[in-house]
Amino acid sequence: MWFFVLKRAASTLPVMLVVALVVFLMLRLTPGDPAVVIAGDQATAEQIARIRATLGLDLPLHVQFLTWMGQILKGDLGVSIFSNLPVTTLIGQRLEPTLVLTATTIVFSVLVAVPLGVLAAWKAGGWVDRLVMVFSVVGFSFPVFVLGYLLIYKFSLDLKWLPTQGYRSPFTDFQGFLRTITLPTITLGAIYVALVTRITRASVLEVLGEDYIRTARAKGQNERKVLFRHALKNAAVPIATVIGIGVALLIGGAVVTETVFNIPGLGRLVVDAILRRDYPVIQGLILVFSFTYILINMLIDVAYTVLDPRIRY
Amino acid sequence: MTAPVLSVENLTVRLPAGGDRANAVTDLSLTVAPGEIVCVVGESGSGKSVTAHSVMGLLPKGQLTPSSGRILLEGEDVLAASPARLRDLRGTRMAMIFQEPMTALNPVLKVGDQIDEVLRIHTPMSAAERRARVLEIMDAVRLPDPARMIDAYPHQLSGGQRQRIMIAQALVLDPALLIADEPTTALDVTTQAQILKLVAEMQTRRNTGVLFITHDFGVVAEIADRVVVMQHGRVVEQGDRETVLREPREAYTKMLIASVPSITPPERPPVSGPIVLETDKLSKTYGSTGFFAGKGRVVKAAADVDLRLRRGETLGVVGESGSGKSTVARCIARLIDPSAGAIRLSGVDIATMPERELRPHRRNVQVVFQDPYRSLNPRRTVGDSIIEGPTNFGLSKTDALARARDLMGLVGLSPDALDRYPHQFSGGQRQRICIARALAMEPQLLIADEAVSALDVSVQAQVLRLLDDVRKRFDLAVLFITHDLRVAAQVCDRIMVMQNGSVVEEGATRDVFAAPKHPYTKALFEAAPGREFGSRLTADLD
Repeated sequence: MWFFVLKRAASTLPVMLVVALVVFLMLRLTPGDPAVVIAGDQATAEQIARIRATLGLDLPLHVQFLTWMGQILKGDLGVSIFSNLPVTTLIGQRLEPTLVLTATTIVFSVLVAVPLGVLAAWKAGGWVDRLVMVFSVVGFSFPVFVLGYLLIYKFSLDLKWLPTQGYRSPFTDFQGFLRTITLPTITLGAIYVALVTRITRASVLEVLGEDYIRTARAKGQNERKVLFRHALKNAAVPIATVIGIGVALLIGGAVVTETVFNIPGLGRLVVDAILRRDYPVIQGLILVFSFTYILINMLIDVAYTVLDPRIRY
Repeated sequence: MTAPVLSVENLTVRLPAGGDRANAVTDLSLTVAPGEIVCVVGESGSGKSVTAHSVMGLLPKGQLTPSSGRILLEGEDVLAASPARLRDLRGTRMAMIFQEPMTALNPVLKVGDQIDEVLRIHTPMSAAERRARVLEIMDAVRLPDPARMIDAYPHQLSGGQRQRIMIAQALVLDPALLIADEPTTALDVTTQAQILKLVAEMQTRRNTGVLFITHDFGVVAEIADRVVVMQHGRVVEQGDRETVLREPREAYTKMLIASVPSITPPERPPVSGPIVLETDKLSKTYGSTGFFAGKGRVVKAAADVDLRLRRGETLGVVGESGSGKSTVARCIARLIDPSAGAIRLSGVDIATMPERELRPHRRNVQVVFQDPYRSLNPRRTVGDSIIEGPTNFGLSKTDALARARDLMGLVGLSPDALDRYPHQFSGGQRQRICIARALAMEPQLLIADEAVSALDVSVQAQVLRLLDDVRKRFDLAVLFITHDLRVAAQVCDRIMVMQNGSVVEEGATRDVFAAPKHPYTKALFEAAPGREFGSRLTADLD
């Protein structure tokens, strides 16, 4: 098991290197020059050239790449072209809200979706099942910003139960955190609830046809335990896969929600950096995102071996 | 006579509307006394499994409903019992073991926990008491080293061991009634013999009543006290074992018994045609051979297999699962590549021939596989399936269709059926289609890989006759892979017994059956259920 984790970890290194190279090249090969953006509309050609030289953008590509790789190995992702702050600092500031929102969204989705999916599978074809499935189609088809603004309208403006926007850290102001995080979590979670419910239903439904479910009933086991002890654990591998993909997507994909609820997270940082062609920030962020993806994939693989003893690498 | 543990009275189970008959089971009555083994025997669709599941209350909800009759378990009507009461009875007063030990156990729970679960549901025992009880029952069903095996997962055990776990789980609370639904059908003969012995022994010691569902008359002859024969959901005949097997009254029972191939091979003249197939030290090794394969496990699926097959001859390859018999067949058909050795087809070595050169030879070797439900493409008409091969080899579509129509007649099906899809045929008919498909290629060698194993005995007998008929008509060489000694006895000129990838014994079928030399062959024969029944039957027919 530990050998497997180590082996998996080692195999991520070449992947990371390729990601770094692709990111670096894609940014250089797409049109748009940060020096022009910085210099502004009135700048002369010499001013732009000077800015390019200070930023090192006039050096040959491979030199730029190697310099950047050297910095990364020292844990230095460079300095933002615009704010002059180290990229690591920028990411660090924005990391907490995004991670916290991801965590609450996933916990919320799993807690709602897994029981709903199991229930739907158990009552497959009945009205409970149909209701759950209709609900999940709605969850799929509602755009995040529509749902977000609807929730704000109802619970913040109309009922005045919750604030309209903002973010409080759970480590400093837990009550404020709960009040601010609730609506974004529901908004962002809706689609994951829908997704995980469907996967859980399909997966449990398949397992319920297996012989060992009949064996469990033949032992006199009650339905609740048949579902949760026998069926769910066997159905868990695809569910874990979807949850893992969900986590990975959430970390980079909360842009709209962060905008609607004015949360200072990574999603907003990405958008700002891209609009300003802030190369070091974009590169750093993509590296962090890919690293997270790879890490999560590895965790899912490890989770498989825990969920299903037949899976051994 | 003591009060029966189980008494089924006039049970009728309705099928959903639109089925091929109104009831799965009609007006069925039977009893099981304490300490008695009652075998319910019948072909697929006879309603024997539905009967078993009705007793346990495990019929699929909404699809099958008992509509009349009573099922009395020690006097209590289980059809009238509440779901909670039924759960109390399952595992304590009645228990069930199933056909597929591979799938009947939950793959993600330890086997010890699965036995323990019965105790946890039904008793107030402490964890320590339960563990002691689990170890005790595991020991009673002769599982090796229970203290270690208690923490194993199902996939780490063999099929026979898993079935022992199932039996342990069923008997741990000493139920009055054990229902066994084809519990040995998926097992090898030697394992089957051990499990049958175990069931009989446990049942005698605990005075359990057993309702034993089977399609196999050999098994019936081996363990039944009484026999109930079913057809189309009705009881055709019931009585004690000797009467039903020796003096069956009903035509259906007589037909079923007559369809069971005898284990005594008939006299066959030696075949002297030219050699079609010859293998020389044919081997197939599985195992990691890559860069990191340092400590990888190497499995010899087939080792140094020499065989020779003449035109018009049937060579049986007999062995249990994992013996390598199918591997040999697949290598010869070049469905997998052999690791070493030669395969000479009419003198030409095809063992290592590259695909492009091999193609013209492919038509000479055709295979009929075990599962007729899965070996035909469900989305193509049977006509398309039959003509695909010949058209690949340049025959025009019209000519191929004409040949297909002839062949359909030859295998006993209507030529008009070529436009239909596989799901419109029964298992036996599909296997006929598979044979027609193979013959359409005009092969020299036909490989039948467990081709009749999935069929009911009466259908099996018909398909075997058809295979024998086409062999004679086309002067084919047939390589007949089977685990079933009775079938091998009837159709093979020579047989080859395989164990763990090697051939352990070979010879004319009659000689091998009369005087097996290798200990493994002897063990196989001893394990074959109901041997006496078979030989007696032949004696009667002679």
